[in-house]
Amino acid sequence: MNRFYAMVGVLAVVLGIGVFALLRTGGGTAPAAAAGPPPTVVDDSFRGYSLGQGSAPVEIVEYLDFECPVCASFATIQMPTIKEQLINTGKVRWRYRDFPLAVHKYSRFAAHAAQCAGAQGRFFEMHDQLFNHHQWAQTGKDPSDLFRSFAQAAGVDLKAYDACMEGGRYAARIEFSRQEGDQLLVDGTPTFYANGKKLFPGLRRLPSSDDFKAVADSIIAHAPPKPRTQPEREHLRH
Amino acid sequence: MRHRQAIALLAVVGLFVALYLWLHALGFGGPIKCGTGSCETVQTSPWAIFLGLPVALYGVVGYLALLIVAMLSLRPSALVQNGWNLLLLMLATIGLLFTAYLTYVELFLIHAICRWCVGSALIIMAIWVVAVLAAKREWGEGSGTSRPTE
Repeated sequence: MNRFYAMVGVLAVVLGIGVFALLRTGGGTAPAAAAGPPPTVVDDSFRGYSLGQGSAPVEIVEYLDFECPVCASFATIQMPTIKEQLINTGKVRWRYRDFPLAVHKYSRFAAHAAQCAGAQGRFFEMHDQLFNHHQWAQTGKDPSDLFRSFAQAAGVDLKAYDACMEGGRYAARIEFSRQEGDQLLVDGTPTFYANGKKLFPGLRRLPSSDDFKAVADSIIAHAPPKPRTQPEREHLRH
Repeated sequence: MRHRQAIALLAVVGLFVALYLWLHALGFGGPIKCGTGSCETVQTSPWAIFLGLPVALYGVVGYLALLIVAMLSLRPSALVQNGWNLLLLMLATIGLLFTAYLTYVELFLIHAICRWCVGSALIIMAIWVVAVLAAKREWGEGSGTSRPTE
């Protein structure tokens, strides 16, 4: 019996060391902007980059994590149809908010890279780069150089990008968005809201473009008729 | 006795598998070590949270409960008591049913497989089989036995 207890003890120690080693290895050196939330968070009144017309009757807010594979699937598979059917037709305006999950080491860094590209008017191009080449999220390696090449491909001026990244200029903005998501009870990524109402709370799968079309059509059908005004200028990207 | 020892050893292994997944869910360490599996997809899906808590935490609690009960059942006084095998079988069955639900979610809703989850599923299945054998043996010898039977 004593031999058995010794066996349990040895097994627990060996497995404990194994778990510790697994948690320690991999990941590389985290760049400054990826290290964690900043000590102070200030509301800079920024509420996310949006796609679509300002007059669209439906605003969908997406809380996303750039390292999340489900977000990448959604961005690459569902979004092209949503853009074509709902955003480009003026029905929906789509707003992106950051919600970096603690489980992902480089989420904040990726969100920061997108914000730094956004400062140069290249948020959407960087967003596409990060999601279209999502293999970076599977390697666990420091993606600094890769993100620089994404930024270059997105048409970003690298000198300004480097200064923005090194200074962690938008770290507080990203944390503000995450805290906002916490208040709205975002419980995973991607999470969506339509005109402020949380979407698909009971849905046990990733929503499709058809789901969003149904939501948009329902909101538009139940909206009170608007008096005709001067045609508004279209902003597909602002 | 051998059955209960086997359950205790398997529960230790399962406990550390669940512990690793839970610590990862809390943000410790880098990306999950998964080989060619899709652990990140599973771990970051909406199904990785159950009733507001990470699924892996249920695994930690479940394996810990199995380990504690198995160790208690190995005390000399417990070896002659009935009911421990039934308790172990009940716990293992709850774990197996929860694992079956999670495997269904992986295969048919997330469409991704996490190797660590498969490992945990195999461990709980092995625990359940051992618990069934132990309970069967106890029942086969009839209730009221007062000697260590395994």
